Amino acid sequence: MRTSVCDLVIVGVGGQGVIMISDVIGRAAVMAGIPVCGAETHGMAQRGGSVINHTRIGCRFSPMVASGGADVLLALEPVEALRFAHFLSPKGVVLVNTRPVLPSTVTCGQAEYPPLQDILAPLKARCNKVIAMDAIALAESAGTAQAMNVVMLGALAGYIPLSEELILQSLSLVVPQRFLEANKKAFALGKAEVE
Amino acid sequence: MREYLLGNAAIARGLLEAGVGLVAGYPGTPSSEIIETLVNLKGERPPHVEWSVNEKVALEVAAGASWTGRRAAATMKHVGLNVAADPFMTLAYLGVGAGLVVICADDPYCHSSQNEQDSRRYAQFAGIPCLDPKNPEEAKEMAVFAFELSEKFNIPVMLRPTTRVSHAREDVEIGAAAARGGQCRFIKNPARRVALPIHARPLHSELLAKQAAIEEALESAPWNRLALHGNVGIIASGIAGLYAEEAALELDEDLSFLCIGAYPLPTKLISRMLEHVSRVMVIEELEPVVEEQVQMLARKVNPNVEILGKAGFIPRDGELDYLQVRNAIARMLGKAEREALHSPAVSILPPRPPSLCAGCSHRATYYAMRKVFGKNAIYPSDIGCYTMAVGMGTVDTCLCMGSSITLASGIRFGGENEGICCSLGDSTFLHGGMTGLLNAAYNKARITVTILDNSTTAMTGHQPNPGTGMTATGEATVQVSIEALAKALGAGLVETVDPYHLDDTLESFQRAKDYPGLSVIIARQPCVIKARRSNARSKPFQVGEECKGCKICIDFGCPAIEFENDKARINALCSGCGVCAAICPASAISEVAK
Repeated sequence: MRTSVCDLVIVGVGGQGVIMISDVIGRAAVMAGIPVCGAETHGMAQRGGSVINHTRIGCRFSPMVASGGADVLLALEPVEALRFAHFLSPKGVVLVNTRPVLPSTVTCGQAEYPPLQDILAPLKARCNKVIAMDAIALAESAGTAQAMNVVMLGALAGYIPLSEELILQSLSLVVPQRFLEANKKAFALGKAEVE
Repeated sequence: MREYLLGNAAIARGLLEAGVGLVAGYPGTPSSEIIETLVNLKGERPPHVEWSVNEKVALEVAAGASWTGRRAAATMKHVGLNVAADPFMTLAYLGVGAGLVVICADDPYCHSSQNEQDSRRYAQFAGIPCLDPKNPEEAKEMAVFAFELSEKFNIPVMLRPTTRVSHAREDVEIGAAAARGGQCRFIKNPARRVALPIHARPLHSELLAKQAAIEEALESAPWNRLALHGNVGIIASGIAGLYAEEAALELDEDLSFLCIGAYPLPTKLISRMLEHVSRVMVIEELEPVVEEQVQMLARKVNPNVEILGKAGFIPRDGELDYLQVRNAIARMLGKAEREALHSPAVSILPPRPPSLCAGCSHRATYYAMRKVFGKNAIYPSDIGCYTMAVGMGTVDTCLCMGSSITLASGIRFGGENEGICCSLGDSTFLHGGMTGLLNAAYNKARITVTILDNSTTAMTGHQPNPGTGMTATGEATVQVSIEALAKALGAGLVETVDPYHLDDTLESFQRAKDYPGLSVIIARQPCVIKARRSNARSKPFQVGEECKGCKICIDFGCPAIEFENDKARINALCSGCGVCAAICPASAISEVAK
């Protein structure tokens, strides 16, 4: 039997805004009166390392999503989607930003960054659906590349049991007022991408 | 009202709701956000919140406030309790005035630590009660309860969240901050405040005698929950209880449960479980603290009960996760285990290790150090961001806070004849390095000590320290001179350099290397993350046509330098430090003209 209504794994690179997405979702769930918990990475992982966040909506157990249990894998960076693909449920969905952030092992020539199709193919074999988008380009057209994570949040909105209204209300609590319009635009562009 | 709170923010909230008057701590993952949350509260902030110089200092400051009648808490990470162990052990004898809570955050799996010691052992060792929360909400409630327990039994209480509690988020019920009372005074009472042997002996007897009463009081605490169902049972502590309860639902098994969140252990509840079941599994992270006691009790209560745990089912190292616990329970019940999955294409994944930031001055200092001292020299290092430079060949040791200087001394006295140049950060030096420097001077160690002074405690999130001229709450205070300290502690040669000025830095290291005694180099340049936040950014650099593709700048390891089509290229991460321009043999790197 299910022990959580919706299990999310949100991944990316330190500084991309992974924790902010989880914070917006968590606040929205609290407004909806739904129990919510999550686990995040601090410390070492923030120095350009991989970042993973677990968010469980409608759950009163541990904050960690089990291996093979994620309903949605939201990836702000392509290689990180693949790195954490073992969390995906076979029925799960992947939402992935296609813009790479090169790790230092690649920039200094110790490793190679795989082509996008080599990242997406094994993801497609592992789950129900993979939706890839250039979230940086979408965020730029909304006014700021910084809102890339909010584009991805917009894409995610239809896959979680929370109303768009509550998510946007929660977003306005987290984003500074002067960036709110651009972020709302980014959210709408991300949402349109999966419709 | 409910709020979505980080575990450490929930603990901070609990401290407020308990009316805490003083909180002192030293930053350390995963504990740092407790004090950071309090500092940012402004209006509601307790009367005194401080970043102390180290954990021993923090606990003693907190004890002083407790003895003056103010509820007080000290925060630290697990290894910080080693530093604070001296006051911790004897405070158990002397007791408290107002409630005193030691918040010690453990880090199973060493997410950001040098070991994964289990602080429940420390509490047991000291005879101090320990509250072990399973989630943020429980951590908040326990923070309030800890003060009541401390006052009721005249003893410090440990609150022991782990990484998965401190850095979890959850919807948590928020209450009102409590009033803190009026004027407080230190009341003289030598029999309870002066640990002379004549006082300590009866206090030890008293400490032992009160254990049974504490256990009795905790037996009915809401954190210890017994639910007797089937004849197979689970006894689980902290977050392991959540994994186990979820697994029981998934496996659709009617198991008996005892979830434990408070120590000394509830022996009556454990006995009732042991009388009820024929088989029981003890599930806890790290040490078999619960399991050992269950084994002992079973001999008295029900010698026939089968007890499963660390032997073959639950690992004693690392952190538990849902699947490990689920599979251990499934195996006990003879049900199918579920295989842990792996990423489908591990071989093509480029590693993404944490590394020093683009423009980090530590990289420049280490580059110069290595250039002057050479590959045969010995480079003891310490705890901080700079440990991530292990690949540069200038981090030969990392043991504990401040140990770089003392290890360097011992390596010299042990007979090593090569150059010895150790390194530690400003906060680490002030925390635990000063005594080592004094010892090195006193005992004539011929070593070079490099203080990597980025004027903050960077690794844990940029907390101020006595070298920054600012307190935890942002007030201006005395700015301690590291140069004057080094001289006063007895260093013969003390020089300060800006590591972005490579030639000067090389010359300074050369003088230190040649110096026939104890030398100190202070490499001072603000942390590049802090500089960026305060907009003190220099113009970026670029690579020109002169680049010969020699890769010397690539080997320097700055994430702002990439290699593309046989030439170096500088990306948007460049902070404009200019050190790569100084090391480029072709003079191909220059500032972007604007």
